[in-house]
Amino acid sequence: MTTFTIDDLARLLRECAGEEELNLRDDALELPFAAMGYDSVAMLEIAGRLRADYGVTLDYGEILPAETPRRLLELVNTSMAGDR
Amino acid sequence: MTATVVTGIGVIAPTGLGTERHWANTVAGRGAIGRVTAFDPGGYSSRLAGEVTGFRAGDHLPGRLLPQTDGLTRLSLVAAEWALRDAAMDPPALPEYGIGVVTASTAGGFEFGQRELEKLWSKGPQHVSAYQSFAWFYAVNTGQISIRHGLRGPNGVLVTDQAGGLDAVAQARRRVRDGTAAMVCGALDGSPCPWGWVARLATGQVSRAEDAARAYLPFDADAAGYVPGDGGALLVLESAAGARARGVHSWYGEVAGYATTFDPPPGSARPPALRRAIEDALADAGLAATDIDVVFADGAGVPERDRAEAAALRAVFGPRGVPVTVPKTMTGRLGAGGSALDLATALLALRHGVIPPTVNVARPVPGYDLDLVTRTRRQPLTAALVVARGHGGFNSAMVLRGGHGDTDRD
Repeated sequence: MTTFTIDDLARLLRECAGEEELNLRDDALELPFAAMGYDSVAMLEIAGRLRADYGVTLDYGEILPAETPRRLLELVNTSMAGDR
Repeated sequence: MTATVVTGIGVIAPTGLGTERHWANTVAGRGAIGRVTAFDPGGYSSRLAGEVTGFRAGDHLPGRLLPQTDGLTRLSLVAAEWALRDAAMDPPALPEYGIGVVTASTAGGFEFGQRELEKLWSKGPQHVSAYQSFAWFYAVNTGQISIRHGLRGPNGVLVTDQAGGLDAVAQARRRVRDGTAAMVCGALDGSPCPWGWVARLATGQVSRAEDAARAYLPFDADAAGYVPGDGGALLVLESAAGARARGVHSWYGEVAGYATTFDPPPGSARPPALRRAIEDALADAGLAATDIDVVFADGAGVPERDRAEAAALRAVFGPRGVPVTVPKTMTGRLGAGGSALDLATALLALRHGVIPPTVNVARPVPGYDLDLVTRTRRQPLTAALVVARGHGGFNSAMVLRGGHGDTDRD
């Protein structure tokens, strides 16, 4: 079963939003993206990459409220499960 | 009215990363023009440029800013940081809306934009970066500088090609005179990509010479075009009174006068308007032509434009009436960054009493009657005129007065 993991998210964030020193540990899952310096345009960029690379389509109304890595992981994995 | 002074400079140019390296190479007459390396120029009629080398964005900027910035935006961010540091200015210590930013750009983030357009047409719209929404835009350098340093005062951008550097500093001076505590102003400009390249080639004014020492020869009998380049400078502008109030008592010089004009359309009986820009800038500074010790010329390198500039300088200053120099022969023409860099170089010239040379020009046209400085010249300098013309008819002129601070009149 394909899931979108914390490592996948960390790699995506690095590529989209360029924070090489990001190290998403378990306790960072609750940290708001905004607090890590990722603004709304960064989230739109991530949405674009999720669609292009993973076939997961999230519109702005869905991705912007996913304010933490944990919520985004849940959202992406729910969407992937729902496609099956 | 209190003088508007320059308290900080940040330079990134083909002649060096940082003000000191740029000045050292400039005084030594070390040209930085060479074959284009940013892309393969082989298929084009012109293959030479003045490029910024040795700049690794990751060494200077947080990783988070890299995916969202064009190369020239990165240079702008670093130059702004250096200018603020040079001015000993700490934005959080100043009023929240106390510092603004005004830059100039010829084309915006073309390199970034070309890459995204290629993705659009080769892979489809879902592959276009969300950052394209602003990374291409002319005002993005102003915006990113403002965001990074929290500069929430009046912000703006000017798009007047090579005249832009002067126009941005002039706008900054208006803001300072209106009461803004300080302004970051100037330009870093250039489009090191095929799209930017062909846009410039389309003007028909880019040199086709293969030899870097023979390609860009302003005021020379063999002038046959210019060489493009990237880079420029940012300045910190504030009132002399404001500088003193925060404990700064020495500065590079004063922005003493400025004027801008626009040429009549082709075929008009009216003359080009450069002469009027120069005369109005002098009047704005309250100076006579005889008060100017050196002119940093626009130096188009295209014969009819050289002729027009020489005529304007001759009309204002008299035959061989003032030393004229074109240090951009060492860097190429940097768009809006070119005139901003000329301002920085002129301020350093005033400070050090050194006129940097016009390089490679071996046969100045005798009929232009210019005292063209082809070898570095040392003499006391108190006031400089910087001239810049932009494609399409822009003419701007700015008068700088040298001075080290509290020994000067206010």
